[in-house]
Amino acid sequence: MTTATLESRKNRTALLALLGALAMLGLGYAAVPLYQLFCQVTGFGGTTQRATESDAEIAARLGASAGGRTISIRFDGTTASDVPWSFRPEQVTDTVTIGQRDMAIYLAKNNSDERITGTATFNVEPEQAGAYFNKIQCFCFTEQVLEPGQEVRMPVLYYVDPKALDDPNMDGVEQITLSYTFHRALESAE
Amino acid sequence: MATTADSFQAHTEDHAHHDADHKPGFFARWFMSTNHKDIGTLYLIFAIIAGIVGGAISGIMRMELAEPGIQHLQFWAEFMGGTSDFDTALHMWNVFITAHGLIMVFFMVMPAMIGGFGNWFVPLMIGAPDMAFPRMNNVSFWLTVAGFVSLLFSLFVPGGTGPGAGTGWTVYAPLSTTGSQGPAVDFAIFSLHLAGAGSILGATNFITTIFNMRAPGMTLHKMPLFVWSVLVTAFLLLLALPVLAAAITMLITDRNFGTTFFDPAGGGDPILYQHLFWFFGHPEVYIMILPGFGMVSQIVSTFSRKPVFGYLGMAYAMVAIGVVGFVVWAHHMYTVGLDVNTKMYFTAATMVIAVPTGVKIFSWIATMWGGSIEFKSPMVWAIGMIFLFTVGGVTGVYLANGGIDDVVHDTYFVVAHFHYVLSMGAVFSLFAGFYYWFPKMSGKMHSELLAHLHFWGFFIGVNVIFFPQHFLGLQGMPRRYPDYADAYTYWNEVSSFGYIIMAGSMIFFFANLVYAFVAGRKAEDNYWGEGATTLEWTLSSPPPFHQFSQLPVIEDHHTAHDHMSEPKPA
Repeated sequence: MTTATLESRKNRTALLALLGALAMLGLGYAAVPLYQLFCQVTGFGGTTQRATESDAEIAARLGASAGGRTISIRFDGTTASDVPWSFRPEQVTDTVTIGQRDMAIYLAKNNSDERITGTATFNVEPEQAGAYFNKIQCFCFTEQVLEPGQEVRMPVLYYVDPKALDDPNMDGVEQITLSYTFHRALESAE
Repeated sequence: MATTADSFQAHTEDHAHHDADHKPGFFARWFMSTNHKDIGTLYLIFAIIAGIVGGAISGIMRMELAEPGIQHLQFWAEFMGGTSDFDTALHMWNVFITAHGLIMVFFMVMPAMIGGFGNWFVPLMIGAPDMAFPRMNNVSFWLTVAGFVSLLFSLFVPGGTGPGAGTGWTVYAPLSTTGSQGPAVDFAIFSLHLAGAGSILGATNFITTIFNMRAPGMTLHKMPLFVWSVLVTAFLLLLALPVLAAAITMLITDRNFGTTFFDPAGGGDPILYQHLFWFFGHPEVYIMILPGFGMVSQIVSTFSRKPVFGYLGMAYAMVAIGVVGFVVWAHHMYTVGLDVNTKMYFTAATMVIAVPTGVKIFSWIATMWGGSIEFKSPMVWAIGMIFLFTVGGVTGVYLANGGIDDVVHDTYFVVAHFHYVLSMGAVFSLFAGFYYWFPKMSGKMHSELLAHLHFWGFFIGVNVIFFPQHFLGLQGMPRRYPDYADAYTYWNEVSSFGYIIMAGSMIFFFANLVYAFVAGRKAEDNYWGEGATTLEWTLSSPPPFHQFSQLPVIEDHHTAHDHMSEPKPA
C-alpha cells in the first residue's frame, strides 16, 4: 500500500461520509412532504379523507347492507387568537347512520371592522377515525373571506366510511369529534 | 501526481524521524493546531470550562428549587440585564434550563467524549500517526467553540419575555417560533448549527481515520472497544445531526422568512418538528453514552487484568444499539396523540434496546468475574458507572411503556431517569476515562487519594440529588417549572442538599489537577501495569508530539507461535 493510494482511499471514505450526511439533510427536508402525504394516505393523527360523490354513493350502499348502524358526531370550532371571528357549529352533536352522508353547518361572524381572509385546519378525534371520516364538500377546502360584520353559514358534507366497522381499532368508538380552527390566511396566499 | 505525493510524504516522514518531538510556538501550537493530541487537549479544556458553566447553572436551578415559591430568579433576571418583573423572572428559569441542557449535551459531554478522548486515543489505539484530516480536525474544534460563544451571546439579547432563549433544549415549535420574539433563539439555533457542523466534520474524520489508517494487522475485529465505540458514534453523528440541521433551519426560516413548516396557519404541523427533533435526539443520547461504554470496557479489562468478556458481542452490541436507536424516537412523544398501534411499536422497539445494553452490562460483570481486580480510581468510577447506568436503564425500560409514560411524561421521574444515564452514566465514564488517561496525557500522576475522595463525594452527591426526583416524579411534580406545590418541599430540599455535596466533591477534582501539575510524580509508559494492553501504553507518557513514524505491527494471537522470531506486539 503506497501513500498515494492511502490519500485517495481517505478522500473516498470522507466523500462517502459527507455524501451520507448530505443525504440525511435532504431526507430531513423530504420529511415535510412525505409526512403530509403519509398523514393524508393513512389518516394518521386524525387527518380526514376527501371523497367524491360516487365514493359517497358506494359507501351509502355498503352502509345500508351493514345494517345501518349509527354513530354520534360532535362538532367543535375555534379560532386562532389573532382571528376576531365568532365561529361555532349550529348543532353541537348529531347522530348519523354509518355510510349515509350528512350535512353540518358552522356559523362564522367577523366581529372586527376589517376584511379578513381565514383558512381552517381540521382533524378528528379519536385519531384512528381519520381514515374513515370522508368529506365530500367543506368550507375548509378553500379560503373564506368575511367582510366587516358579515355573518355566514358554512356547510360540511361528510360521511363515515362503513369500512370502519371492520377495523378492530374502531371498536368502542361511539363518538367522533370533528374540530376546525380558523387561522388568518397568510398574505402571500391571498 | 502520485509521484509528487509519494516524495512529499517520504520527505515529511524523514523530517519527523529526526525531531519527532519538535513543537511549534505557543500560538501556532494551540490556536492553529493540527496535532490530534493537542486538539484533544483543547477539547478537554473546553469541555471542563463548559462543564463549569453548565454545572453552575444547575446550581442556580437547585438553589431556586430548594424551597417552594420564587426566591432568586428576580435577582438573576436583573443580573442578566433584564427587568425584575415576575414574567422576566419566570423567563429566566426557561433560559437556565435551556442553557443547562444545551451546554451539557453539546459543549460538555460531546466535546469531552468524542473530541477529547476520541481525538487523543483513537489514533494511538489503532497505531496511526494522526487523524486522517488534521486541519479539518482543527476546524471542528473551533466551530464548536464558536457555537458555544453564540449560545452564551444569546443569553444577553432579547428572547421574548426577557433576555436569553427560553425554549428548552428541544427548541419545540411554536414556542421557539411565534412564542419567542427577539434574536436570542436565533443565536441559540445558530449555535447548534455551528456545533453540529463541527461534529459532522469530526465524525467524517473519525470514520476515515478508523477505516483507512489502522496499523498493519489491526483488523476491525481486533480494534480496542473504545475505537469501536467511537466508530459507531461517528456513524450516529453523521446520520442524525443533518436531520437536526434540517429541522432547526426550518425553525430559522419559519421565524424570519415567513415559511410555515411548523405553522398550521400555513399548512404546517408543529408535531413534525418533534418527529424531526427526536429522530436526531434519540440517537444523540447514544452518541453521548457509547464512547463512555468504550472507555468503561478498556478500564474494566485493565483493572481486572483480563481481556474483555465476549469482545465481538460487545462490539456488535454497540452497533445494534446504534441501529435500533434510530427507530425508537417517538417514545419521547407518546403524549402528542399517537394511536395505540404506533405506541405499541415504539414501546416494543424501545425495549429491544435493553437487550444489547444488557449484553454490555453482563459482559462487564463477566470480565470482572474471576479477575484480579484492583480498585484504582478509574476502576471505581467505571464500576460506579455500570451500577448507576443500570439504575437509569431500568427506569428507562419502565418509561418505554407508552401507557405508563402517559402518566409520568414530563415529570421529575423523567428528569431522574435521564440524569441517571447521562449525569451518572456518561459523566462517570468521563471521569473514569480522565483518571485512566490523565497521566498518559500529561505525563504526571494524579493523586489516587483525591480521586477516590472525588468519587465518593460525587457518587453520594448525585444520588442524593437525583434519587429523590424519582419520588417527586411519581407524585406528579412536573418538570420545567421554577415553583411547586408545598407537598414536594421535602424531597426538593434533599435534592438541593445533594447538589452541595456534589459541588463540594468537585473541589477534589480541581485540587487533583493542581496537585498533578505541581507535585505529581512522573508517569511511566504503562503506569497501570500488565492489564493495560492497548497501543497507547507502548508509548511514553506523554506520548511524543508525533508518534508511530514506524507503524506498529499487530500479530494474530491464534498464529502467534508461527512468528516467534518476530518482535512481540504490545
